[in-house]
Amino acid sequence: MSLAEPATLRATATAQAELAPRLHVVRRSVARLKASLPAYLLLSPSLVFLALFTYGAVGRVILDALYQRATPKAPSRFVGIDNVAAVLADPAFAGAVVNNLIYTVGTVVPSIALALLFALVLSRTNAVTSALRAALFLPALIPMVAASALFMFIFLPNVGLLDYYIGRLLPVLPNWLGDPDIALGAIMVITVWKNAGYYMLFFLAGLQAVPEDVMEAAHLDGAGPFQRLRHIILPELRPTFLFVTVIAVLQSVTQVDHVFVMTKGGPANATNLVLFYIYQEAVEHYDVGKASAATLLSLGVLIGLTALSFRSLASREGGS
Amino acid sequence: MKMFKDMPLATRGEITPKLGFALVVLLALVWLIPFLWMVVATLRPPSDGINAMAALMPSLSPTLDNIRDAWEIGDFPRYFLNTTIICTGILLVQFVTVTMAGFAFARLSFAGKGLIFYLFLLQLMLVPVLLIVPNLTLVAKLGLYDTLSGVMMPFFASAFGTFLMRQAFEAIPSELEDAALIDGAGIFQRVRHIYVPLSLPSFSAFAIVSVTSHWNDFLWPLMVIDSPDKRPLTVGLSVFTATAEGTQAWGTIAAGTLMVIAPLLVTFLIFQKRFISSFMTSGIK
Repeated sequence: MSLAEPATLRATATAQAELAPRLHVVRRSVARLKASLPAYLLLSPSLVFLALFTYGAVGRVILDALYQRATPKAPSRFVGIDNVAAVLADPAFAGAVVNNLIYTVGTVVPSIALALLFALVLSRTNAVTSALRAALFLPALIPMVAASALFMFIFLPNVGLLDYYIGRLLPVLPNWLGDPDIALGAIMVITVWKNAGYYMLFFLAGLQAVPEDVMEAAHLDGAGPFQRLRHIILPELRPTFLFVTVIAVLQSVTQVDHVFVMTKGGPANATNLVLFYIYQEAVEHYDVGKASAATLLSLGVLIGLTALSFRSLASREGGS
Repeated sequence: MKMFKDMPLATRGEITPKLGFALVVLLALVWLIPFLWMVVATLRPPSDGINAMAALMPSLSPTLDNIRDAWEIGDFPRYFLNTTIICTGILLVQFVTVTMAGFAFARLSFAGKGLIFYLFLLQLMLVPVLLIVPNLTLVAKLGLYDTLSGVMMPFFASAFGTFLMRQAFEAIPSELEDAALIDGAGIFQRVRHIYVPLSLPSFSAFAIVSVTSHWNDFLWPLMVIDSPDKRPLTVGLSVFTATAEGTQAWGTIAAGTLMVIAPLLVTFLIFQKRFISSFMTSGIK
């Protein structure tokens, strides 16, 4: 990759700087900046928008988290880490974090397991597998809001699709979205339904790297399908696993449209997720300070993930 | 079975792959049930009663009443227009920004290249969705609250698009450009006449991913837009659903949902191959 190039260039430049006369260095770096000018011009539109809505936004989150208003109209005053402390002490936030952890594990693991199954079975391209891939990918294409509208009816008590076909077999009809013990699970079902087919695509791409002759050789040596999966396919798919896990976790933190449409975080905060908590604090309680503090905490967690995904990206590029 | 004829000879006798295949066929059918219900419920006359609402057997007397009702209750043509404006606006600006930035990364050497590359990479993680609160205050400060431009603006720069274009441009042999250089063509002429025409597949892949993802955006436009006549499809559908849910008009909800996703579904079914391969590159959107 060309990433290493500028770093080495800079290293040699500094090494020369210690030896060469100062004027020479200045002239050289001016010349280098001048030569870089066209590139900077080309990058500037992107950098302006990134500065406003990505880096600047992070900066504003930090600032906003340090200030608080007594009432929505009052002037804001500096409160230090009070907002962060208030968020951490808020049982609703703690609940949202716990819910989000359950939700993340409960959606990432089954989505990836299903995605792998789909990809293994549909790895060969023909008319039948193409149709099946399309059917499984379809949910990924539609808005989460539309998926939620459909699932609202599926989970509807008594007359909904689930109760109509399956509920009859149960002794008591559960209130899928109304029971605090079940609602989060119901929300997770939608997410798995919607994302598994999308993650399948990455496993399909990853499977192309598994050499066919090695598979046949393993078979001739007496390796069964599960042994081939464990010793040949899974090791080959490691980078794909890492990569898909990262986007699936990101997705589980940033996608809350179904919570908004179906449950509004209820019943009894059972389906409240972190981003929905942030939305509520900002839009419904007008508490920008607290919303920013909660955003800041989530960013902290995601920055940990960023490090992880840089590694996964690097290994993906190295592999291809 | 015909399905397994193209499998390697040695593994053709195994039973596990066949069981796996049967399981996936079953799951694919389950996966399609919500769509099937949507279509059946849309065509079901309200006179069938609420208890037949869940039946997946199509009604014997199909009707378009639900579609008409949904059309009348929701302002769908307006929502369509707004979503189209948002997606087109974002895409057009993105084409310009990602082409320029992609070219800089692919073909130019400049001071701080590595650092700036990582700055772009950062955007993939600091997803705008999570930064809704600070971005809402900024949009309000810029006077863009309750405007479609306000909805579009945070997405004008795209790290994913930049990397995609960088990759496409790097694959173009530089000999092609040398001829143009001799003829004295400037950077913009070379990008326009050599790089862009040769990278159309990448542009279309990016367009598919960008339009699909912004077609589906919900929380951000929900926060920025206040006036009913500026709502995009997703926000319109959620308001529509909440209204119709109160009257238990599930056939109408199914019809509204169908109208919202029909354009995406039809486009997908026509350009299926292209969609799938575009989304395969979209891991870093």
